[in-house]
Amino acid sequence: MKTDTAENARPPARPSGAGGRPRVPRRSPNRAVLGIVGVVGFLLLWEAVPRIGLIPARFLPPASEVLAALGERLVLPEFWTAVGDTVLTWGIGLGIAFAAASLLGFAVGSVPVLRAFTHSTVEFLRPIPSVALIPLAILLYGTDMASTLLLVVYAAFWQIYIQVLYGVSDIDPVAEQTARSYGLGRLSRLRYIAWPSALPYVLTGLRLGAAVALILTITGQLIIGTPGLGQQISVAKNSDATELVYALIIATGALGVAVNVGVRALERRALRWHASVRGEEIA
Amino acid sequence: MSAASTDTRDAARRPGASGASRIALRALHLLLLPLVLIGAWWLASAVTGLYYLPTPGEIAATFVEVWGAERLAADVLPSIGRLIGGFTLGSVLGVALGVVLGLSARLRAVLEPVLEFFRAIPPPVLVPLLMLFMGVNTTMKLAVIVSGCIWPILLNTIEGVRAVDPVLIDTCRCYGVRGRRWLTTLVLRSASPQIMAGMRQGLSIAIILMVISEMFASSSGLGYTIIQFQRSFAIPEMWSGILLLGLLGFGLSVLFGLAERRVLYWYNGVRAAARGE
Repeated sequence: MKTDTAENARPPARPSGAGGRPRVPRRSPNRAVLGIVGVVGFLLLWEAVPRIGLIPARFLPPASEVLAALGERLVLPEFWTAVGDTVLTWGIGLGIAFAAASLLGFAVGSVPVLRAFTHSTVEFLRPIPSVALIPLAILLYGTDMASTLLLVVYAAFWQIYIQVLYGVSDIDPVAEQTARSYGLGRLSRLRYIAWPSALPYVLTGLRLGAAVALILTITGQLIIGTPGLGQQISVAKNSDATELVYALIIATGALGVAVNVGVRALERRALRWHASVRGEEIA
Repeated sequence: MSAASTDTRDAARRPGASGASRIALRALHLLLLPLVLIGAWWLASAVTGLYYLPTPGEIAATFVEVWGAERLAADVLPSIGRLIGGFTLGSVLGVALGVVLGLSARLRAVLEPVLEFFRAIPPPVLVPLLMLFMGVNTTMKLAVIVSGCIWPILLNTIEGVRAVDPVLIDTCRCYGVRGRRWLTTLVLRSASPQIMAGMRQGLSIAIILMVISEMFASSSGLGYTIIQFQRSFAIPEMWSGILLLGLLGFGLSVLFGLAERRVLYWYNGVRAAARGE
């Protein structure tokens, strides 16, 4: 558990994750070329494998057919409705989880007694897989969006809450005492000491929560059948439209990339004052 | 974790507190809130009488009744077996590929965009796909778990291997450490904090996939049984299933925490020293 947090708790130390960050500018065009080579090679392989019959095309349609199916979808309004529903569910769920987790995290984190009394409960509830709540969600809300929201909020909440707790406990005591000596009030200390100290952790929580929220959004749509991309995949699978299943999976992947890139960009922007982000620009 | 260490520090700071009262306080910390919550639930279900909210007593009684030896052997153990099998396979593949990719900058540059894309695909969408591919059987369920949990492990291993301390690399070269010893003592050990962090993420994805592969497409297993209870409105049974899944998640997380502490004892020591503790 310690390491998990140790790693997650240092978002700024490796904010761009495995993303290709050009450490040496001279090498960056080379990297981009190699990356394109990789993507093109992958697509060619995908095209070739079903064509030469290594895997039958009814299981793995060639890349060109899948991309064509995706292209056809892109002009249909129902596709965009599904994307909209997915993004909406994800956004609302993440928003609720983020607001609740930040408020509770700051409140509980800054009062040691509360922390001590809630610790066992948090440690028990946190690892419960949110998919366990699927039957309850169906029972309560049927195939309404709220069903999926329940799963999303539960899963994303813990990711963010734990990070906020660590963030609040990581406040530099010297800074805190300095602020006190200079007569900063409770509110100012919260604004100028607690908030910036905890911000890297809050954003790490947001990044982890955003990814988990997307997974649970799609899961809910797939299993429960609330409207969105996951439900479309389920429908396509049941009508044996294989290339459509692949096309929609690519669409969810693109959505996932967009979420990752978006949250990382937010992280860099919100933490541009932070040593780690600045250090990276110098290097 | 860190809350626990705060506790011990608090206790150490209070010289007057005797052993017994400290234990009592610790027990109170552990048990008070869970007991209050269970009590509140009991009260709520007794007062409202909602059909989907049975009392905790009912759930506990049903739990013992439903998850007896027969169902344990038929549904629960096979599910757990698939989960552990898939997770182990995913970890081995992820670490092996991650080491190869982490050591070769060129290979990494070629494959990175593709891998990032695969990582971004929400793993549950692979369930219908692999069902199409291989039908509904154990191989498919294993494949779903492996294909979902491998990405965080793979990408974290790459990160960890990339970040091996260059001084250590040079030291190993000077002392002629190479081959298998070089791999285990230098590369894998240096990367182990990241690998463990990736495996923890992978484990929670593996549990999700184990459950939903059975909910979506199966006629046995834990996920199937629970969704079946919900469909037949066997409410206390459904709750007992949720409880079982919760206990499973909790138990695996505790086990993983123990394993992690064993693997990373050196790392925690280094960090503690760096913090001046």
